[in-house]
Amino acid sequence: MMQPILEARHIDIGVNNKTIVHDLSLQIPEGKITAIIGPNGCGKSTTLKALSRIWPCQQGSVVFKGRDIKSFTHRELAQCLAILTQGPQAPADLTVQDLAEMGRFPHRGFLGRGAKDDGRHVEWALAQTNMTEMRHRLLHTLSGGERQRAWIAMALAQRPQVLLLDEPTTYLDICHQLEVMQLLLKLNRELGLTVVMVIHDLNHAIQYADYVAVIKQGRLVTCGEPQQIVTAQLLAQVFRVQADEFACSNGLRALLPVDLCR
Amino acid sequence: MENKQAEDLQSAERLGVGRGAWRAGVLLLFLALALAGSFLSLTKGSSVITMRQIADILLHPGTDPQSQIIWNIRMPRTIVGALVGVNLSLSGAILQAIMRNPLADPHIIGISSGAGLAGVAIMILFPALEYLITPAAFIGAMLAAVCIYILAWKNGIKPVRIILAGVAVSAFLSAGISGLMIFYSDRVHGALMWMVGGLAARSWPHVQIILPYAAIGMLLALASAAYLNILQLGDEMARGLGINVEVTRVLLTAVAALLAASAVSVVGLLGFVGLVVPHAARLLIGSDYRYLLPASALLGIAIVTLSDTFARVVFAPIELPVGIIMAFLGAPFFLFLLRREI
Repeated sequence: MMQPILEARHIDIGVNNKTIVHDLSLQIPEGKITAIIGPNGCGKSTTLKALSRIWPCQQGSVVFKGRDIKSFTHRELAQCLAILTQGPQAPADLTVQDLAEMGRFPHRGFLGRGAKDDGRHVEWALAQTNMTEMRHRLLHTLSGGERQRAWIAMALAQRPQVLLLDEPTTYLDICHQLEVMQLLLKLNRELGLTVVMVIHDLNHAIQYADYVAVIKQGRLVTCGEPQQIVTAQLLAQVFRVQADEFACSNGLRALLPVDLCR
Repeated sequence: MENKQAEDLQSAERLGVGRGAWRAGVLLLFLALALAGSFLSLTKGSSVITMRQIADILLHPGTDPQSQIIWNIRMPRTIVGALVGVNLSLSGAILQAIMRNPLADPHIIGISSGAGLAGVAIMILFPALEYLITPAAFIGAMLAAVCIYILAWKNGIKPVRIILAGVAVSAFLSAGISGLMIFYSDRVHGALMWMVGGLAARSWPHVQIILPYAAIGMLLALASAAYLNILQLGDEMARGLGINVEVTRVLLTAVAALLAASAVSVVGLLGFVGLVVPHAARLLIGSDYRYLLPASALLGIAIVTLSDTFARVVFAPIELPVGIIMAFLGAPFFLFLLRREI
């Protein structure tokens, strides 16, 4: 594997005085889509947060392009990594454009100096997410999928090298789920943006991810190419479900859970 | 269907263009109200002075009694009222953003109870030291705020912990105030007036006390507008966007505490301004702090000066403390908010 862009080295992460991620090492390949999967409460969201430093590590380090992320200032890091947490909140009167402009915050100096190119980057982010025409709509008038695209526009306006997303398709219907996944695929393929996402739908992981990390009980179980490792056997081992395997029209595997393992 | 969407888009486009004009209009309206309130506050009082006379006195200060009344009694009182309005409104607006709680106001971080206990203690126990009320109240307010901060600290500050610690400390200090008032029930009149908050007999020395805090606080508040906007997205998103949330929250709470403590130490425990004014401004101008902060400051000036004028004239020659008017106006407005928003 080539030099990873983002790497967790033996990290322990604690929540409320309890260590929930143990000695986890993970390499995020540059320019790829990485999916982090695992059962509820396994520490996958926490790992994602630790990768972007919005949650601290107790032990170990996270390294971005060979440099410990603790040595970055908050602003510097926000210029390299953008994260979308699950179900983020915003004031009710915020428009799509207002939100996208907030993505420029890390590039501005004190009192908003250095905001010259902001307009151009915001335009670009809105265009990439197909939100240009909806720019003046209020966030709360958007559908779930449109709202998710607006948040992605904000993250893109940060001009990050890595985009991290925590369950970007939760609460969306299947059409909006695919819309979001295909947007991420487009951003990855066309811009070379590295994408890391925590995701529940294993078939999405197989279809869209280039690399998968499987976490169970705060430890990395395995990682690699999804077509190779996301199998019925893995589902039995990690999720304790019995799944049938099918072949999709594009030749990739699809998994359908049919029963609990007994 | 296509047409409907196109129409929606057009109206959304108009909304985007119209929003700037709307905000400018609201700011101008608040500015006009602030000026009107301040001017009205100069004209009304027990001595009748006409508008024309006031304009004349302002342009050509003299030594006649009317000029003295305007320059040494009404003018400082109006300025104190305006600055108190600005400070409490900005403080409330900042706290509502950093606590992410619509109920946050200067009371929540213990400003009122701290200032209250210190002020009442001086008034009741050491009436001879009355000139110390303002500094003592200021110190009391800041001590209470620091105390709440320390109690709420546990790997950083969470808004809900500040609010709970604030409720606990305020209840504790309020018990002290009640205790003092019951033990010395013969001396409570002055203390009661102060607990409600009023502008009576506020003069130039009071202006001097509050002005530096108001000036610095206003500059800091306006400089932090972009941070306040980002903090409204929640701690994790704010961190992801490059804000050191813990440090920012500590600093901004300190700014809010300074603003409110300087106001409360001068006029007493004037309630509702810090809670209601930012909400009222937000209803009209939205939650973008670059516009909300100046709007709150201007509306604060208008509300306090108008309420004080009203308090002076409604039962003239008896003067009500402005805090009573504020509560009468504030409580129904708060209920209105409750039905509308939450």
